[in-house]
Amino acid sequence: MQKVIVIGNGMVGYKFCEKLAAHPLRDQFQITVFGEESRPAYDRVHLSEYFTLDSADKLLLASRNWYDENQITLRTGEMITDIETKSKRVLTHKHEYFEYDYLILATGSSCFVPTIKGVDKPGVFIYRTIEDLDAIKDYAQKLKNEGKFKASVLGGGLLGLEAANAAKELGMQTDVIEFAPRLMPRQLNQAASDMLQNKIESLGIKVHLGKNSQEIVGEDGIEQIDFTDETTLKTDMLIISAGIRPRDELAVKSGLKTGERGGVYVNNKMETSDPAIYAIGEVALYNNGIYGLVAPGYEMAGVAVEQITGGEKLMSPTIDMSTQLKLVGTEVASFGDPFIENENVTAIVYENKQRGVYKRINIAKDGSKLLGGIMVGDSSDYNTLFQLYINAMKLPENPEDLILGSRGGESKSALGSVLDLPDTAQICSCEAVSKGAICDSISSGACCSFTDVVKSTKASSSCGGCKPMVTDLVNATLKSMGQEVKETICEHFEYSRQELYDLVKLHSIMDFDEALDKHGKGHGCETCKPVLASIFASIYMETANRQAPIQDSNDRFLANIQRNGSYSVVPRVPGGEITPEKLMVLGQVAKKYDLYTKITGGQRIDLFGAQLHELPMIWKELIDAGFESGHAYGKSLRTVKSCVGSTWCRYGLHDSVSFAIRIEERYKGLRSPHKLKGGVSGCIRECAEARGKDFGVIAVEGGWNLFVCGNGGATPKHAVLLAEKLDDETCIKYLDRFLVYYIRTAAPLQRTAPWLDKLEGGIDYLKKVIVEDSLGIGEELEAEMEELVQRYACEWKEAIEDPQMMKRFKPFVNSDETDDSLVFVPMREQKMPRPW
Amino acid sequence: MEELLKQYQTVAEQQAINWVRVGHTSDFPENAGACVKYNSKQIAVYYFSRTDSWYACQNLCPHKMEMVLSRGMTGDSQGIPKVACPLHKKTFSLEDGSNLNGEAYSIATYPVRIQEGNVYIGFAD
Repeated sequence: MQKVIVIGNGMVGYKFCEKLAAHPLRDQFQITVFGEESRPAYDRVHLSEYFTLDSADKLLLASRNWYDENQITLRTGEMITDIETKSKRVLTHKHEYFEYDYLILATGSSCFVPTIKGVDKPGVFIYRTIEDLDAIKDYAQKLKNEGKFKASVLGGGLLGLEAANAAKELGMQTDVIEFAPRLMPRQLNQAASDMLQNKIESLGIKVHLGKNSQEIVGEDGIEQIDFTDETTLKTDMLIISAGIRPRDELAVKSGLKTGERGGVYVNNKMETSDPAIYAIGEVALYNNGIYGLVAPGYEMAGVAVEQITGGEKLMSPTIDMSTQLKLVGTEVASFGDPFIENENVTAIVYENKQRGVYKRINIAKDGSKLLGGIMVGDSSDYNTLFQLYINAMKLPENPEDLILGSRGGESKSALGSVLDLPDTAQICSCEAVSKGAICDSISSGACCSFTDVVKSTKASSSCGGCKPMVTDLVNATLKSMGQEVKETICEHFEYSRQELYDLVKLHSIMDFDEALDKHGKGHGCETCKPVLASIFASIYMETANRQAPIQDSNDRFLANIQRNGSYSVVPRVPGGEITPEKLMVLGQVAKKYDLYTKITGGQRIDLFGAQLHELPMIWKELIDAGFESGHAYGKSLRTVKSCVGSTWCRYGLHDSVSFAIRIEERYKGLRSPHKLKGGVSGCIRECAEARGKDFGVIAVEGGWNLFVCGNGGATPKHAVLLAEKLDDETCIKYLDRFLVYYIRTAAPLQRTAPWLDKLEGGIDYLKKVIVEDSLGIGEELEAEMEELVQRYACEWKEAIEDPQMMKRFKPFVNSDETDDSLVFVPMREQKMPRPW
Repeated sequence: MEELLKQYQTVAEQQAINWVRVGHTSDFPENAGACVKYNSKQIAVYYFSRTDSWYACQNLCPHKMEMVLSRGMTGDSQGIPKVACPLHKKTFSLEDGSNLNGEAYSIATYPVRIQEGNVYIGFAD
């Protein structure tokens, strides 16, 4: 039995164990792993998510049980202090010796802390481990309690921006300081950095470029940073993320060959200058480089395992540093050589300042292949481009199509089908899984779903960037084997939403139990219940009161549950037009029930902080004053925003207020797969921002222009033109058709923009269906809408008039007490829930 | 907050020493939750009509420490009866209180008995 000792239980050290544990010759090795952190290896790529996870365990790559089950001795909280290469043994800080036949150095790297005066002051942190994040979180909380809110991050690279986002999420006003004249200097050029900077600043994080920090100033904590250009920045805490340094102390001490600027020298077998010792991951100096990405580290781990088990696999001669990630809510990607510029290269650049998108691809002059590129703001093409690059595939005739995407017409992906890729194409670079391995796992019958494939091949189990491609491959392979692939709602219904919609309609199914008995199994869940509730509402226009238990929690109580379990109340204010009398009623009600008041983005008034038992009383007063439910809690029509239009505005072409009110009154209460908002602008100045809505109407000479599907949720989209110069009636006719068509065919919780994206044929097809009535269903759609419109009832009015329904709003079954657990704290003369 | 959470400890049927009547079966909604009070505790009670089963658990969601679970949606996952918190849809088994999303925190559950149309919850205090 050969003794293998791994020093370092990070991602790469773990990967080495995993690969050796799975090796056929596993039994010939006795494996011991030392980790100086207290917990087993965890996922540092997703470290920033720790703040939202509540438990560090979610980041673990494997539990302690895994090490036990695989007979690997894991010694956490133990540090190796010496390597005695002659006697082949290591010494721990507890003065214990362990012998080895093979030693694997996977000690990773540490955070580079520049020598700035004051860097040792309290309030200065690094961003590397879970413990670092805990310390940052605690300190931020302490600062906030003292009324201090300023945080800065030193370093505008990948990790620095992650740290900045984390600081912002902790509620701090955050600044980023970067020494280089641009952000992510290793991955982005100036133009891409500018675009990223705009995006980040629009989210409230300030960026300072070309700043050389001289001193961190402050008495007990830190107060400001002085720069060499004599400017200063006020801050209450500083997080340093200015690069990495390989942790090669042990190697240096034991006489292994190391690089001038750090790192343990290795050859393409990952052997160090001592043939019994291997170095992998961020401590290894390979081809004169240190690679701070997980994919090369994993490849190194694989090579080391092969070498000690007698294999011949060598490390790739060049390391691919391509990367795609979401930073501060912004997509950023870089692949191949992003900067390359010489006479043999053509760069194609696409820039859209309004959307905050920058794309650049570098192409060989002869147009034969892709050499590299950068994407900021939209990296949806990354997978395709990366495959073209890494497989040196032939490019389309007009390579600009690769980044300009669909420009009308029915363009296809540059790759064609994912099945066209060569079998050797590497789909998951973290785990080095090829297209062939993924497809074989299915065609051999070993796997029959995405989950199976991930389990068996490990593809997509690390950074997850290749998930869309793996999904496509799985689906395409299953289809090619004649199997049906469909999006089912959940474990209780083996149907898509559209199929269920048809079943309910055709069989006149009236309630959830009946649907479950006839077409489902089990008891239902929080996914399928609201879907069925939405379908019943769309077919029968039933309100949320009839089958309250299957409504999403908000619909069940006809109000939005807020952070501390209190509710918000939003009455309908059609088109945003309101009389002074009604305005006063809102004020009086808010004052009487001590509600926080805010004008919403949809021209209504939000009243926050109502307790469950107060909802009926509040709504009674509002309904008596002539208000109706605004359905702010439902997946239904919310508002139709309007500008002031021709009645008052000197530019107005048509009366946008009257038309907005007419539309809102028509579709109020209409349930849909997701929430719906509309807008009507009186002229092309677009003060109602109608093109940011699910449907938007804009006045032009000769009528209304109708735009649709301008709401992507997390991915903003502009509405696109459906029809021009319509009169009022035609506009409403098309809206009827459009809305019913969307309601019938969209997936659960799919907004209009992604729905259009998935609609085969896109907007051209939609125009054919809605305007030209190519399917001959126009009248049917209109009739369906007409029936829904006729059946509208205010569900709050229903509820307060029915004592049985009112039982829902009683806090306790066995007591008339009210819930005393709600806590509010003051804020700007109003109140808010106490912080979590 | 920790103190609040400590109040809630799972009670197995045989550990219950105090069976408290919390209402008539008709006071509770079908296939949804309602809340009852016992001293300083808030307990969520659920009735699953399809299996004619009753469940009770703490009303406190251990994720963000808010008294909301009785207002969550009920359902099942692979046959295990569960409730989804209305705040972030964390789901908990109503059989043993475990977190079905695999997170570390779980909830306390309590035994329920129905006698002559009355609902009783078993407590160990």
